[in-house]
Amino acid sequence: MFDFKIVTDWIDQTLRSYLPDFGVLVIELILVGIALLAAYAVFAIILIWFERKICAWFQCRLGPNRVGGRWGLLQTVADTIKILVKELIPINHIDKFLFYLAPFIVILGSMLSFGALPFGKGLHAIDFNIGVFYFIAVSSLGVLGVLLAGWSSNNKFSMIGAMRSGAQMVSYELSIGLSLLTMVIFAGTMQVSQLVNQQADMWFIFKGHIPAFIAFVIYLIAGHAETSRGPFDLPEAESELTAGYHTEYSGIQFGFYYLAEYLNMFIIAAIATTIFLGGWQPFHIPGWDGFNQVMDYIPTPLWFIGKTFFCIFLSLWVRWTFPRLRIDQLLRLEWKYLLPLNLLNILLMALVVISGWHF
Amino acid sequence: MDLTEKITALAPDVQVEEAQYPTYTVSSDRLHEVAWMLRKKEGYDFLLSLTGIDLGEALGVIYHLSKSENPMDLIVLKTSTTDRENPQLFSVTDIWRTANLNEREVFGLFGIRFINHPDMRRLFLNNSWNGFPFRKDYDENPELNPLNLESECQSDKLRSLSFTKQGVIEREGEVFSKEEYVVNIGPQHPATHGVLHFRVSLDGEIIKKVDPHLGYIHRGVEKMCERMSYPQMLHLTDRLDYLSAHINRHALCMCIEKAAEIEVSERVLYIRTIMDELTRIASHLLGWASMCMDMGALTAFIYGMRDREKIIDIFEATCGARLIMNYNVIGGVMYDLHPDFQKQVKEFIPYMRKMMKEYHQIFTGNIIASERMHNIGMLTKKKAIAYGVTGPSGRASGFSCDVRKHKPYGVYDKVNFSEMLREEGDAFARYMLRLDEIMESLNILEQLIDNIPEGSIQTKIKPIIRIPEGEYFQAVEAARGLFGVYICSKGDKSPYRLKFRSPGLPLISIVNLIAREEKIADLIAIGGSLDYVVPDIDR
Amino acid sequence: MSSFAAYIKSWFTGLGSLLTGLKVSMTNFLRPKVTECYPENRATLKMPARFKGELIMPHDANNEHNCTACGICQMNCPNNTIKVITDTIETEEGKKKKILKSYIYKLGQCSFCSMCVNTCPFNAITFAPTYENALFTRSKLIHQLNNEGSRLKEKKKKEEAAS
Repeated sequence: MFDFKIVTDWIDQTLRSYLPDFGVLVIELILVGIALLAAYAVFAIILIWFERKICAWFQCRLGPNRVGGRWGLLQTVADTIKILVKELIPINHIDKFLFYLAPFIVILGSMLSFGALPFGKGLHAIDFNIGVFYFIAVSSLGVLGVLLAGWSSNNKFSMIGAMRSGAQMVSYELSIGLSLLTMVIFAGTMQVSQLVNQQADMWFIFKGHIPAFIAFVIYLIAGHAETSRGPFDLPEAESELTAGYHTEYSGIQFGFYYLAEYLNMFIIAAIATTIFLGGWQPFHIPGWDGFNQVMDYIPTPLWFIGKTFFCIFLSLWVRWTFPRLRIDQLLRLEWKYLLPLNLLNILLMALVVISGWHF
Repeated sequence: MDLTEKITALAPDVQVEEAQYPTYTVSSDRLHEVAWMLRKKEGYDFLLSLTGIDLGEALGVIYHLSKSENPMDLIVLKTSTTDRENPQLFSVTDIWRTANLNEREVFGLFGIRFINHPDMRRLFLNNSWNGFPFRKDYDENPELNPLNLESECQSDKLRSLSFTKQGVIEREGEVFSKEEYVVNIGPQHPATHGVLHFRVSLDGEIIKKVDPHLGYIHRGVEKMCERMSYPQMLHLTDRLDYLSAHINRHALCMCIEKAAEIEVSERVLYIRTIMDELTRIASHLLGWASMCMDMGALTAFIYGMRDREKIIDIFEATCGARLIMNYNVIGGVMYDLHPDFQKQVKEFIPYMRKMMKEYHQIFTGNIIASERMHNIGMLTKKKAIAYGVTGPSGRASGFSCDVRKHKPYGVYDKVNFSEMLREEGDAFARYMLRLDEIMESLNILEQLIDNIPEGSIQTKIKPIIRIPEGEYFQAVEAARGLFGVYICSKGDKSPYRLKFRSPGLPLISIVNLIAREEKIADLIAIGGSLDYVVPDIDR
Repeated sequence: MSSFAAYIKSWFTGLGSLLTGLKVSMTNFLRPKVTECYPENRATLKMPARFKGELIMPHDANNEHNCTACGICQMNCPNNTIKVITDTIETEEGKKKKILKSYIYKLGQCSFCSMCVNTCPFNAITFAPTYENALFTRSKLIHQLNNEGSRLKEKKKKEEAAS
């Protein structure tokens, strides 16, 4: 396994030999920031293409196949350029400050959690000792942006969409928190790097078997709801509220919501990967040393991204199969079905940990 | 005592005619009592169609009535008023609910105001419209009604006439009060399937009132028909409910053929029936697909469209067009069947049956979908009849209204099929009924496709078709319900008055009734389950 | 207690129904796709012979058509799509005769009802299965159907020549 720490340390050393500590810090922060922002945009572009293609295949269509060869690889790049040059339509009777602020809050929320993801061995910008807690905290910042957008747009559809969004996020945060808590109980730590390292021999989803699997499924469902994508796309519900909270946005402001939506999907999948599927750890089977070694040759970021895309595929599969829930169904699913199961699952996990019934 | 005597007892001046259907002409002041008696004592609970007519010196209204046990056993009630300046007639909205929107339509187009009607706004036209376009003396000068490029605010003021002891007085009211949270669903909205406009008053997610605002694509097809010769006007029918193009055209062709006494060959009857059933399947598939889309299942929508494409391809090969087929003509059909037609249909039948299983798996059985559809938009049988809701929506409430059964046309009397009926009357029943009807239509196709007799596809007709003086009515079972054509002819080559009884208008009239106290998402699901087509409502 | 049993049952029926749905979409995921790659398949794309793309007036090798400019099509057209412009000439025998000058067809106005083709006594016009009729300007939708310098196919002369 190649440790990217070698690269980062080398950069650090080189900079230190020329600059004072403060300068090094500033330059490194800028470098990390640029790298993350670039990754953010690139991932969004790839994800949009990925979703279009997968969605088309579920619907017996071909999907993008014009721009960029037979596979339409440059379609989303072209669309990005289009959305960048589109006109921003000024709207009358809006709360200007909040209206323009809202997209940034949404982006900020997803950017903050994106920055703390462990992309590979040694590719981890920031490693809190309360990493899981941090993820839960910042990923719910986005709802603030959504609420502000709905309120400031001065549009009835936006308002209803935002209110739905509020109810939805508050409910599903609970499931996300509890399902992650299950794994925290299992791992005994909240630090992301430790969580990943503990999965070196075997991923948590196998180690923790039944309760871990249940927590994984609940996390995917709740996370999916958290990203407000179908069947949980009530805040935008195009057939009811035209576009929900971002009805009034145009051009790159709308692009921000679009970007954040896809990145949130990525973040949810990435956290699921980190906590349940071993993060960047290769697939190891205890005892099969030859196999394990072969697996180690695959670079760790590839493992991470591969597993994340697998989780994204699961969510796309769900999204492109089911009809949208109604608001009462949505809340019933959370409070009557997921929450009790989640609490039972925590109990089960505690039992498993105490009795040592895990691998 | 037979009906004539009973009506005579109430209205001594009644004129009775034995035309195509028994026709009773009563004076305007006796109309309401006669109608009340027919509804309460005689059980005529289904107002099929309400037609306004300009009789020259008088303005009249024609009511086609029947009993819900046998909806095709019609009687015709007529009344008129000679006051052309301020024509007033008694409303029958309190007797048959479906009259509500119809009377508003008549008010807008003929200017007849209905006393005791709760909401006398024009249905299709703006309140600022000058003149009454369907009157024969209407001034068509475009300067009177210039094209308005500004947005026009629709007033929320209601004006109605009520009959009191002091005589007829004007009353005012309002549609929505200022405090209400009114959201515009449409005219440009993804779920209204066209330019339909609902104004919805909300309390949070709950719907308090729905006010449909129609007429965005009102083209005045009926008036256009008055200026065209009979063969010419056929092409307009395809453009009413464009999803049952064949069926609508079939109705008009049959009406003209019956009136002009033109016989069509057995082969034509078979071809028309097969085409009707294919149209029905295509229409229900689209209805199913768009309902799925409205409820957020885009993938199911594409599956429906994919399978509908197969039917469209069959149409394309035989009729030369995909949507607006222009296939039926007076006295026959335009082209003979394509040589591959039977093969294509026979391939399609088993394919569709297989796909139907998938539809049920991906959507019907889905817990989200079925919970969203069950017990939503309840329409009782009584209400369905009162509001004149026919077709799959009416049958889902238990109203047996299939014209194919009650008064077979084409070769429906030669095939073995059952009328699909459900009792629940909710959105799920309407949804399921469409899928059941697809299966039943496949059965009909299977029985017919191998037995098409040889024969000519076009009866020799005169170059100019004139219909003898009289009144004619023909109903067919279109994909969305009972589609009727009423022709009043004075013996010319174009009709004096032509009315299309649209199956869509009653569907709109019940939205306020069944969507109240449901959620916004349910309004969309209800709309999908009613499956209206806007050009058919607006005509 | 029965409500609790129903609750537990709803867990499994609900999950089961969702999984069946997922199965169906996955089978479709693996099926061959139905998209037609349209501009690329122009060579193989064949419209049905009856397809009504636009009205045309067939001309033969001698640039002759069948239209006698009788105007029946114009009369029967419900939308004023057709305009037959005629010229009056004198024939060799000294008779005055109407001939076709230009046959104007407004594609943008046509509703493809086939009234013109069906009523034409000389089969002078027909529908062609063309597609790709979209244009950038509306004026280009007005077609002249008779070729420049075309004339009426004269049946009698041919018969005489044959006899």
